[in-house]
Amino acid sequence: MTSAADRDPNREIRIDVPLLTRVEGEGALEFTARNGKVESLFLKIFEPPRLFEKFLEGKDFSEVPHVAARVCGVCPIAYQMTSIRAMEHVFGMVEDPWVHAMRRIVYYGEWLQSHALHINLFAAPDFLGFTDAIEMARRHGDDVKRGMHLQALGNDLLRMLGGRSVHPIGLRVGGFHRAPTKHEVADLVDKLLAARDTAREFVAWAAGLPCPVDEQDFVSIAIQHPHEYAINEGRLVSDRGLNIAFAEYPERFREHQVAHSTAHYSMLDGSSYFLGPLARMNLNFSQLPEEVQDLSHELGLKFPSRDMFQNIAARALECYLAVVDSLNILQAYRLPSRPWTEFTPRAGVGHHCTEAPRGMIYHRFELNERGEVLSAAMIPPTSQNQARLEQNLNSAMEHFGLDHSDEELCELCEKVIRNYDPCLSCSTHFLKLTVHRE
Amino acid sequence: MNTATQSPKPRVAIHKFASCSGCQLAFVNMGTDLIELTKLVDIVHMVEVGHVAPEDEQVDIAFIEGSITTPHDVERLKKIRANSHYLLTMGACATSGGIQALRNNADTAEWMRSVYAKPEYIESLSTSAAIANHVKVDFELWGCPVSVRQMLAAIRSLLFGVPPVISREKVCQECKRRGNNCIMITQGSPCMGPVTRTGCGALCPTFGAPCYTCYGPAESINAASFGVRLMGLGLSAEQVARKFASVNNAAPAFSEATQLFSGSAWMEE
Repeated sequence: MTSAADRDPNREIRIDVPLLTRVEGEGALEFTARNGKVESLFLKIFEPPRLFEKFLEGKDFSEVPHVAARVCGVCPIAYQMTSIRAMEHVFGMVEDPWVHAMRRIVYYGEWLQSHALHINLFAAPDFLGFTDAIEMARRHGDDVKRGMHLQALGNDLLRMLGGRSVHPIGLRVGGFHRAPTKHEVADLVDKLLAARDTAREFVAWAAGLPCPVDEQDFVSIAIQHPHEYAINEGRLVSDRGLNIAFAEYPERFREHQVAHSTAHYSMLDGSSYFLGPLARMNLNFSQLPEEVQDLSHELGLKFPSRDMFQNIAARALECYLAVVDSLNILQAYRLPSRPWTEFTPRAGVGHHCTEAPRGMIYHRFELNERGEVLSAAMIPPTSQNQARLEQNLNSAMEHFGLDHSDEELCELCEKVIRNYDPCLSCSTHFLKLTVHRE
Repeated sequence: MNTATQSPKPRVAIHKFASCSGCQLAFVNMGTDLIELTKLVDIVHMVEVGHVAPEDEQVDIAFIEGSITTPHDVERLKKIRANSHYLLTMGACATSGGIQALRNNADTAEWMRSVYAKPEYIESLSTSAAIANHVKVDFELWGCPVSVRQMLAAIRSLLFGVPPVISREKVCQECKRRGNNCIMITQGSPCMGPVTRTGCGALCPTFGAPCYTCYGPAESINAASFGVRLMGLGLSAEQVARKFASVNNAAPAFSEATQLFSGSAWMEE
């Protein structure tokens, strides 16, 4: 039991958590509270500088997808797809409808794999009171296995088009190296049909996790497409009136560096913003297939939502979307005459954005006439979410109150951070929580 | 085996250095096999799934993902080595320095300035080094990324008390066994299969794409002669150099080939 002194909001506190677990990659957080007020609270990112933007210089368009993938083993499709599309803009290419559909499939694979992994192995233990999923599996075996089953199905989708689920090799400028055979697609359709109920149960379970309520004031940003729940194509929109083409990104978004972190921070017109499943639901819910919307209503979920922890339900709903929409696409599968579009390299600059599992990612590529990279910029969702995450931590902490034990404060900080599903591998390698109260 | 503790199960730790986290996914992507695996071994340290053990905790098997890029990394690695019975590298970063070793031959300070407005905030060594450059490595598991099968096979072997079987043959041999037509011979595709180690299942050629050296150099290769063959397909010397300067660019056989074709020395071959 903690004594009253342990909960005195004005007490001097110093909490060190050497490694924040159950996030992708490693990083640190520092928190100072003085006289009952949060003074500074920031996520510290130590990004061993891997300098990818420099490795890309001099590589040609066929090598870029291999290099870009290596930024992140968890979301390689986001890096490959965004760079490929940016380069296709340079070459003046129009996306073939078959290629467009298959790109949705492979991206759904990445969403399903990453989302199921996050909810199951990273987030759920927080809310059910376990240190990890293995321990959780002893009590909730069926729940954990259901999540693992969906994660495996995501990997199956990735493998069909990408060859393997980590650093896939099937994608190229113009489309894919190889079209899946009809029997491969038929096998996957069977698996998807069998997984439909599993996915519904998964959403119900995830939406029912005992999460705190964390009402926040934030700007949601996502890609919006006229005809579909956007993943790969469209325009950047916000719930405060932003509506721009991808090429306008550099004019509105600015990156800056801060002393406590090696990841860059991004701001929209000088303010923070939020990306990810909840931002997508907030902006594009009405474009979900009817059965996904119905499930959401049945479970009493409401979008748009200001409650940050609805990010988990949004992530789970996107798992169901991945299963349902992949079925829609693959049940109408036909073999293409060729799985890629021909092109002629030329010089120029291309911009593109796609929706990585954790939120929108932006790439800019400048190529010479042989299609070799002159300069590259890649802005991952995690660095774009970083300023918002810090504000979220601050206001959640003030709302929660410092009249809680160090352990409780720490737990809440971890839940808030994990809720963004930050991919620190994209940008970071060491996360430790330091709380100073003076 | 089980020398480290009184625990009935061998203890396993998975450590991460500079990397993309993709090789750890070989554990996380095992699905329900991960639950089975924990019946055979205790995973005492794997930050990503929620286990943190102190670095000086004794373990039977330590897997290392990632390369060494900061002064702090070196200290941490030495502690891990001192407390691990077997130490295995997992993947290209740990085994050869990974793609980020491309900076080893570059002006790192200049690169830092061009990526970071305030490079003074960043602490970093000028190189990205393989684990074996700093401590003794018992077994090397190549691949970018390693596969679930590779990891399970390595652990299974060590549990049986035998060294893991590490294949050194070329991608070509696996490609032939799969019954693929050679894309180099039939399409003139600049496939790196003839100099690359197997392990991927000859994935790229099976998809009609040229191999790009994920599993590092194979045994007894002739990189210089092979590079000249690639030039015969129409590649420039510079393009050939880039072919070797991929995810395993700092593996000695490949870094030598990169240097050879970056200058004019290849003409003497």
